[in-house]
Amino acid sequence: MSTTDLPTPTVRPAHAPAGTGHLRGTRPFPAEARDALANTQLRRNLGKATGVIRAKRAAVVDEVPDWEALRRSGSAIKADVMARLPELLEQLEAAVTARGGVVHWARDAAEANAIVLDLVRAAGGDEVVKVKSMATQETGLNEALEAGGVAAWETDLAELIVQLGDDRPSHILVPAIHRNRSEIREIFLREMPDVDPDLTDEPRRLAMAARTHLRRKFLGAKVAVSGANFAVADTGTLSVVESEGNGRMCLTLPETLITLMGVEKVVPTWSDLEVFLQLLPRSSTGERMNPYTSTWTGVTPGDGPQAFHLVLMDNGRSGVLADPDGREALHCIRCSACLNVCPVYERAGGHAYGSVYPGPIGAVLSPLLTGITGEDDVNASLPYASSLCGACFDACPVRIDIPNLLVQQRAASVESHHRPTGQDVAMRAARVAMTSAGRFRAAEKGLGLGRVLGGRSGRITALPWPASRWTASRDVPVPPAETARDWFARTRPGRER
Amino acid sequence: MRIAVMATCLGDAVAPQAVRATVELLERLGHDVVFPPGQTCCGQMHVNTGYLREALPVVRHATEVFGPVADGEWDAVVAPSGSCTGCVRHQHAMVARRGGDEALAVRAEAVAARTYELSELLVDVLGVTDVGAYYPHRVTYHPTCHSLRMLRVGDKPLQLLRAVRGLELVELPDAEVCCGFGGTFALKNADTSTAMLADKMSAVLSTGAEVCSAGDSSCLLHIGGGLGRLRTGVRTVHLAEVLASTEATQTPSARSLAAGVAAGVPRTETGEDPAADPTEEAPV
Repeated sequence: MSTTDLPTPTVRPAHAPAGTGHLRGTRPFPAEARDALANTQLRRNLGKATGVIRAKRAAVVDEVPDWEALRRSGSAIKADVMARLPELLEQLEAAVTARGGVVHWARDAAEANAIVLDLVRAAGGDEVVKVKSMATQETGLNEALEAGGVAAWETDLAELIVQLGDDRPSHILVPAIHRNRSEIREIFLREMPDVDPDLTDEPRRLAMAARTHLRRKFLGAKVAVSGANFAVADTGTLSVVESEGNGRMCLTLPETLITLMGVEKVVPTWSDLEVFLQLLPRSSTGERMNPYTSTWTGVTPGDGPQAFHLVLMDNGRSGVLADPDGREALHCIRCSACLNVCPVYERAGGHAYGSVYPGPIGAVLSPLLTGITGEDDVNASLPYASSLCGACFDACPVRIDIPNLLVQQRAASVESHHRPTGQDVAMRAARVAMTSAGRFRAAEKGLGLGRVLGGRSGRITALPWPASRWTASRDVPVPPAETARDWFARTRPGRER
Repeated sequence: MRIAVMATCLGDAVAPQAVRATVELLERLGHDVVFPPGQTCCGQMHVNTGYLREALPVVRHATEVFGPVADGEWDAVVAPSGSCTGCVRHQHAMVARRGGDEALAVRAEAVAARTYELSELLVDVLGVTDVGAYYPHRVTYHPTCHSLRMLRVGDKPLQLLRAVRGLELVELPDAEVCCGFGGTFALKNADTSTAMLADKMSAVLSTGAEVCSAGDSSCLLHIGGGLGRLRTGVRTVHLAEVLASTEATQTPSARSLAAGVAAGVPRTETGEDPAADPTEEAPV
């Protein structure tokens, strides 16, 4: 029998290329988490902040009688969008263009950054004001602009704190969640040129200092850069949802507006927004409605920016879409509810994940976007940064089955191994033992030898590596003298089945 | 009813007292309990560590062993574990399909349709909440993640515990938060797991309970391992053991067996003694 290989033209959608942007850290999660867990101030700040947001979210979700129906609607809309993404994106491009906007397509982070830099230069600016945006964090746009001689000013209060502190965001919604107000006061005193030297850590005083600092930027900048929460394909309308009003300033004051968004953010029609504008604020900030919802469509003569550019970025998303075991991750609306309920995130914090997307959704989205290159890839550790407790699924406003995605990405991690690891060998041995009752009983007999370790105390307090990772903080009971099956066979002979 | 017990690998080898209690409880309620001798493991460790290919033959083996329930030979399969029941119900067919074995997936779904976690079997299938148990202790209950969020057992375990004579049930603060076990998570992310365990232990200790109970021996091994390490004087006891306990098992000789056994999963020397539940608080 012979087979003929036809030269089938296949284009495998690419992962986000390494080298540009912030989708991968430098150390695996367990090492990062070990350091973070020892940071008592981080633990205290995070525990307090996530606790407050959890309580607020629970209260405003519980009061919505059709919350489950809304979640199912959100999930269904996203599934529909993913099923016809190319068509919707072309519809969006046509609608934006018809209304005077210009649409650009970026395959990856480097292309997206280059397009934005060129546009800023063409607009004659050497600085931009920015609306909080995960897409531009993903691409490392600020660093790229700086390298090109353009200063980027973050105008969201928390992003400003992160930028002035030369820090990294640690949360999708509240990027400075790891900081408390005393730390913020110090950063402002150090980094804001004209700040009142008597600044206190009272929240209102801090907000006023930021406002004074930012007002000059808003009035001076000719170009603004934003992300997008949603883009309506039907009308070409973009939308940003925010709390502080800084976004509204950026979206209306400058002459040129550049919006960078991931291709998965498109929704078919305005009526779909109705679902998400209910789901998002309650899930993210725990508010019934966010204070500012801005929408704009192309260019309106005499009102707002007179030049509008939309950069549609792939950066690994087509690859995720092509993966039936992963594409659900693209449904994420970046509300961060899963972060706030995650017991791992609450203790280890966002920096431990390396990527700009932390928490349960980040633990699947980051490796899905970058791909997992092998056992040494730090992103291979991310899907394991979960006890699979399932709290994330219950909190997700669009019902993403994050626990299943975590398992699927663990499989991707295992299947990326170039050579067998110790874990691979152990799992193979366990599979051999667990596919035969005879072999399983033999393994149990071996376990029984552990009885000598416990002596007469009934507990084992130290075991060799890798079990030492268990006994470092927990005892182990001495293996029982008789297994359940032996007890049953002895006390109920002939009644095994 | 004719009920097959799924001991689970951990229950068989490390925590047989919960399996024994399950068998004794169901027999006391008048049911015919069988122990399929071919059983090993549901494959959850492989699945949840990402070894979906290695899990396939384990799932196939488990589906063969418990297949008779799909043919009506038994009325139900019961496991004293929320997570193993969850694996059977929500992961076996996925593993089979991912491995390209649709026939196995269909068979696994038929087995899963009649596989129950203990509190589900008692409350939903057998329709009983008062199982005639006697357990004169102050108990707090930890609802394990997979029983809560995979199986949605809700308050069924609490209904069962409230009907136990002599039992003082104390509410556990932040009960729905994971204890940090998570299978291989406890080894691969031991530091984060321990941080989660610390918070679970302080919640348990804040109740003043003598016993922390749950429906999964694995989580109890974790919580009990921590409580024992710190010599807290609080021990962990599986829900099945509490429900199997009666006046007859609470005898002085039964209690003496437990003497010297520290907090954690208790050890019993032989299978003869009915004392699945040592009732003396461990020396601290």
